[in-house]
Amino acid sequence: MNIRAQVSSVFHLDKCIGCHTCSIACKNLWTDRKGAEYMWWNNVETKPGTGYPTKWEDQERYNGGWERSGSQLNLKLGGRASLIGKIFHNPSLPTMDDYYEPFTYRYSDLTSAPAGDDQPTARPVSMVSGKPMKIEAGPNWDDDLSGSNIYAANDPGVVQLSVEEQQQLFAIEKMVFFHLPRICNHCLNAGCVASCPSGAIYKRGEDGIVLINQDKCRGWRMCVSACPYKKTYYGWSSGKSEKCILCYPRQEAGEAPGCFHSCVGRIRFLGVLLYDADRIESAAMQGDKELVAAQREMILDPFDPQVIAEAKRSGVPEEVVKAAQKSPVYKFVKEWGLALPLHPEFRTLPMLFYVPPLLPVLSMDNLGKQKLADDFFTTLERARLPMQYLAGLFAGGNEEEVKAVYRKLIAVRLQRRHLSVGDLSAEEAAKACAAAELNSETVDAIYRMTALTRIKERIVIPPMLREQAIEAGMDPEQYKQEMGFGSRLPPKRRW
Amino acid sequence: MSDMILFGAFPYVAVALLISVGIYRYCVDRYSWSSQSSQFLESRVLFWGSVPWHYAILIILMAHFLAFLFPSGWGVLLGRPIRLYLLEVTGLGLGISTLIALALLIFRRVLNARVSVVTTIVDWLVLAALLLQVATGVYIAFTLRWGSVWYLHTATPWLWSLVKFDPQVQYLAALPAVVKLHAFNAFLILAIFPFSRLVHVVSVPLSYLSRPYQVVVWYRERRAG
Repeated sequence: MNIRAQVSSVFHLDKCIGCHTCSIACKNLWTDRKGAEYMWWNNVETKPGTGYPTKWEDQERYNGGWERSGSQLNLKLGGRASLIGKIFHNPSLPTMDDYYEPFTYRYSDLTSAPAGDDQPTARPVSMVSGKPMKIEAGPNWDDDLSGSNIYAANDPGVVQLSVEEQQQLFAIEKMVFFHLPRICNHCLNAGCVASCPSGAIYKRGEDGIVLINQDKCRGWRMCVSACPYKKTYYGWSSGKSEKCILCYPRQEAGEAPGCFHSCVGRIRFLGVLLYDADRIESAAMQGDKELVAAQREMILDPFDPQVIAEAKRSGVPEEVVKAAQKSPVYKFVKEWGLALPLHPEFRTLPMLFYVPPLLPVLSMDNLGKQKLADDFFTTLERARLPMQYLAGLFAGGNEEEVKAVYRKLIAVRLQRRHLSVGDLSAEEAAKACAAAELNSETVDAIYRMTALTRIKERIVIPPMLREQAIEAGMDPEQYKQEMGFGSRLPPKRRW
Repeated sequence: MSDMILFGAFPYVAVALLISVGIYRYCVDRYSWSSQSSQFLESRVLFWGSVPWHYAILIILMAHFLAFLFPSGWGVLLGRPIRLYLLEVTGLGLGISTLIALALLIFRRVLNARVSVVTTIVDWLVLAALLLQVATGVYIAFTLRWGSVWYLHTATPWLWSLVKFDPQVQYLAALPAVVKLHAFNAFLILAIFPFSRLVHVVSVPLSYLSRPYQVVVWYRERRAG
C-alpha cells in the first residue's frame, strides 16, 4: 500500500444558486491580467447546457481524457510519439472562438464625447486586438438558459437522451436546470500531467494539488486538449499554460481557497482524503459503470488503525491523518456515499465530488404540494430531470449510483419535514430512511453538515507545514496582476 | 576585407551571442522560454503553414549538418548520378514547401488581427531573416545546380576552418553574392536566435518518450515513520 493525502472537495449542487461569486473571487485573485482574461479557473455552468468552452464534454471533438485499449490505458489524444508529432499543430486544440473573445467597453467615451444630441455610448472593444467588436459569446453565455434549442439542446448529455425525454426536458413551463460550478479536479490520474511533453505539470506529493511549472512550460499546449474538463488554459500572450492552483498559497497560510471562501450558498466543502496510490491504474481501468465504486474503494478509512499505520509508513504526517479524520469530504464521499465525481468515464479519477441536485428532480408533477415517500420512489424513475442524464454526468451512465444518492437525499428531506413542519408522520420518514439504508442519526448528521456547519467544519485544511512559506512576508495586494507568490518576474513577454 | 569581417569574424560574434545570451536567458528568465504558439488564436491557416514549415526545414537543416559533419560520407552518398538527382529534387521540393509555408505564416501574422497583436518586432525580424534564408536557398538550388556537391568544397571547409579558429574565407570569396548572403544570413539567424522565440528549438521534448505518465513532486522528504 502506498498511502497519499489529497486535498479534495465536495460541491453541494442543491445549495448552488448560480451567483458566480466564486468565479469573480478567482478572477480577481489570479486571472485579472492580459492573456488570462478568458481563463475562468472557476466557472459556473447551467445544466443542461453546452458549458465552457462550448461542448467541452464532447471528447470526440476535443480528445480529452483516457481510453482503454486492451489492458492499457492510453490518452485519447494519442500515444507519446504521435503526441510529439502534433506539437507543430495540435488538431484537438480548442481555439479562442470555442471560448469567447474577451472584451471591455470604451468607458472613457462616456465622459470624453463632445456635446451632442445623442447619448454617448461605450462601445465594446476586443481585449485582444483592441478593435471594436460584436460580442457573440461570454464565459456564461447560456446562463439560466435552459430549454434553449441553441444551448441546452446541444448539451452532449442531452443529445444522448431519447426524443421523448428531450421533449419532456424542454416542455414549456416545465423547463428545468441546475448550476454546475467547476474548478480543476486535481485528478489522481490527470490527463494534463500525462500529456505534457516538457514534464512541466506535476502533482504535489503532500497535498495532491496539480500545478504547472511556469518555468518549464514551453507552450506545446497538449494539456489543454488532454484535460477532458478543459481546465488548463493557454495564455495567448505569455505563451504558457495555466490552471487552477487550488489557492495553495492561501491554503499554506491556513485560509480557504478564494472560491470556497467567497461561496455565498456555502456549497463548498474541502478536506483531506487518504487513498492508495498503488490502485490508481487498476481503478482507472474499470468499466464505465464501475468507475465510481472503484474510486470510492480507493479512498481509505482514516480511523482504521491499519490505515493509520500504513499512512505513517508511507510518510503521511500524523497531523494530516488527523485532518483526514475531520474531513467533511470523507463523510460525503465515502461514509455517506452522497457525492459523485463529474464524468468519471474520462478516467482521470477527479477528486472534486458533487452532491447531485435534488430540487430539479423532485419538482416533477409537483403542484405546490410535498409528496409522500412512496410517491417519491415511484416518481424518481419518471423524474423531471431524467436519471439517465444525471447518471451520464456523475456516474459513467450507472443510474443505480445516482438513484442511491437520491434516496438518501430524499430521506434527509423527509426526516427534516417530519421534525420541522410536522405534516409528515414518523413512519413515512422512517420508511424513507430504510429505503435509503440510512439510520436516523446519520440522516441527522447529513442534515447538520449540509445546512448548519460553519466554515471551520466545512473547510478543513491540513497543516501544510511550510515553515518558511515565501508568502509570509509578502503583501498579496502588491502582487495583484502579477504572477503570484514566489515568482520574481511579472508574466509579460520580454523576448 | 569585408569578406573577412562577414565570414571570418561575424560567425564568432553570432555564436558567442547565441551561447552567452542563450545561457543567460535560460538561467535568469526561463519563464520566457516558450514556443509562443499562436494556434489558440488562429488554427486553420497555421496548420498549412506550421506543419510543412517545421518538417521541411528540419530535413533541410539536417542535410546541411550532415554534409558539414560527414563530408566524405556525403560525397559517397552523392557518388551516383541517380542519388544526386534524387537528393537535389527532394531538396528543391522541400525548399519550395518551406518558402510557401513561410509566406503563408507571414500573411497570417499580417492579416489576422488577433495574431498580429501577439507579434513582436523580434518576431518580424525572425520571419524576415527566415524568409531571406529560404528564398536565397531556393534561388541557389534553382540557378546554381548541384549545390549538394559544391557545398562540400566551399561551405564545409569554410565551416571547419571556423571550428578550428583559423577562418579561411577564401572558400567563399569566389562564390556569387547570393551564396554569400545565404551564408551570412545563416549566422545572423544564429545571432537573433537567443533573443527570440527561436529558443524553443532547443527544447525538443524527446524525454517525453521515456518518462512515466504521472509526475509527483515532493517538497519535503518523505520521512517514513
